[in-house]
Amino acid sequence: MSQNGHPKTLFEKIWNKHVVVAEEDSPSVLYIDLHLVHEVTSPQAFTGLREKSLTVRRPDKTIATMDHGIPTTPPEIPISDIMVLKQISQLEKNCNDFGIPLHGLHSPNRGIVHVIGPELGLTQPGMTIVCGDSHTSTHGAFGALAFGIGTSEIEHVLATQCLLQVKPKTYAVKVEGQLPKGVSSKDIILNLISRIGIGGGTGYVFEYMGEAIRGLSMEERMTICNMSIEGGARAGMIAPDDITFEYIAGRPHAPQGEAWDAAVAAWRTLPTDAGATFDKEIVIDASKLEPMITYGTNPGMGMLITQPVPDPMQIGDVSERQTLEKALKYMDLQPGQSLLGKKVDVVFLGSCTNSRLSDLRLAASLLKGHKVADNIQMMVVPGSQQVKQQAEAEGIDKIFKEAGADWREAGCSMCIAMNGDQLAPGQYAVSTSNRNFEGRQGKGGRTFLASPLTAVATAITGQITDVRTMLN
Amino acid sequence: MEQFTKLTAKMVSIPTENVDTDQIIPARFLKVTDKNGLGDNLFFDWRYNADGSPKEDFILNTEQGHQAKILVAGDNFGCGSSREHAPWAIMGYGFQAVVSTSFADIFRNNSLKLGLLPVIVDKETHHQLMSLIEEEPETEIFIDLANQTLQLPDGRKVKFPIDNFSKNCILNGVDQLGYLQQHTSAVESYESVHPDRVNTVAA
Repeated sequence: MSQNGHPKTLFEKIWNKHVVVAEEDSPSVLYIDLHLVHEVTSPQAFTGLREKSLTVRRPDKTIATMDHGIPTTPPEIPISDIMVLKQISQLEKNCNDFGIPLHGLHSPNRGIVHVIGPELGLTQPGMTIVCGDSHTSTHGAFGALAFGIGTSEIEHVLATQCLLQVKPKTYAVKVEGQLPKGVSSKDIILNLISRIGIGGGTGYVFEYMGEAIRGLSMEERMTICNMSIEGGARAGMIAPDDITFEYIAGRPHAPQGEAWDAAVAAWRTLPTDAGATFDKEIVIDASKLEPMITYGTNPGMGMLITQPVPDPMQIGDVSERQTLEKALKYMDLQPGQSLLGKKVDVVFLGSCTNSRLSDLRLAASLLKGHKVADNIQMMVVPGSQQVKQQAEAEGIDKIFKEAGADWREAGCSMCIAMNGDQLAPGQYAVSTSNRNFEGRQGKGGRTFLASPLTAVATAITGQITDVRTMLN
Repeated sequence: MEQFTKLTAKMVSIPTENVDTDQIIPARFLKVTDKNGLGDNLFFDWRYNADGSPKEDFILNTEQGHQAKILVAGDNFGCGSSREHAPWAIMGYGFQAVVSTSFADIFRNNSLKLGLLPVIVDKETHHQLMSLIEEEPETEIFIDLANQTLQLPDGRKVKFPIDNFSKNCILNGVDQLGYLQQHTSAVESYESVHPDRVNTVAA
């Protein structure tokens, strides 16, 4: 029970603490503790500031990096895309003019915005965090309220450090039991989205809880919160605990000394109170999970890897049926077919979902001693330059290179396919990223979303593989 | 912010459910630093052939498409990324309102801030609109924001939800930033009692 009034959820505690103005019939004015900025969604917001002769209210609560359009080729190769160059120089100018710290092209701290926030210790429990990117939900893994915003809202936050927000509803996602071998946090989130659908969480904030969630590392928790938006929820959160505090301790922006003790004491009050209620709830039995894979053109079109591709004729609702038919046509798959044994062309290991050190370590441990199959082009893209450097210090890069995989510089890369890393029309990829929308990884490209383990198993055999057959 | 009060206009439909922002405006068109010209790339991969020529049967390439100001879309329209380029492109093409049974949160927020009106209707009304577009493509419908109604040709008025604040901003064409700026003193008091969580300029 909380000290004042009724038991509260983690979300309510953070929300209440950040409401600056609450008015009847208006969205609340919500204070933002940290604003992450990148080169693709911010230029028009800075233009808006200039047109209105405004300044950035709190550059000290703002940080920028470059990730979406940056090539992952070696740094000595000059960038040839004029539009990417323009976005880069625009961000440099904007940060310079408005006093915003920037981890630019040659910074050792550059990386995917959702990888570097936690890495630098900027992401902390109880904060409100926004970014012009829908995968900002990643930071909720620390018990923060973090969500993606549009460019108009970026301008609002730059100018006022506040946002107008309608209070979302709460959705408890209880993941009970223990994960079987070969099944990972990516499979939990793909399973959730396959159950509730891509719009199932619209209007809600997820709180992930239960034994299986508590047993996850911070990086595994980030994978789950990252894909909250693929279930329609702008934010997903996990209560902070000792695993969280241990991750943050000692990072560059983490509180130090006495401030650390005070911070941890405050963070311990954040978890949802006993007896607090949620607007909606779902229970998932982790022990029944298998590796997941998507078969369609949105992340909700996923299944256990041993299941057959669903049949549109079994769906009663006309528009749902047509949507599935369209997806299977795009993917060139047949109803009832098993995806196991399906040959693919590309394996992509990367993105803000699965490009952290633990993802690379796990992938490398399975790949060690194997070769990437002849029909596969495998691309490994670390989430940040720091991840890349640490992986190289551990010799992980060698395992990938010796197996025949392509070891790249950090960035969003083939997850969003803005930087030249992309599928050719018709190609199939098993990807550890977050979206399998039509053309997402390159026009005409076809994506199967899966965990890093499933991706590596597929890279080794050349066809979609149940990683559990390769363990032990 | 575009002002929107009343609109009598023709409609076209893109009935697919869960249309994501990567379809509305593919990521390769996000390498811009302004908002102009995105309407030409709206639904690019559905709208153009591999050689760049327009697919003549795609609705946005038809006269009907060019005349329409209302897009009737499938359920959960605008899911996926937060790119505001999606509503920019839809407005750039010439649409002033999008009607669906539901919208993804970020897309809806972005649209409300721009004055692209997201109109949520029940399944039955949605179905009726789809039939109208198919059978009588010249039909015009009437949207009245002040009264929050969409009026069908048979005279039936359907109420749609919108929060009062967004509604008033759009009715008056007033940018929401102005409202936020009015609260500067409240923000200053908030900051004075809530210690800063991080300092990005330090370290």
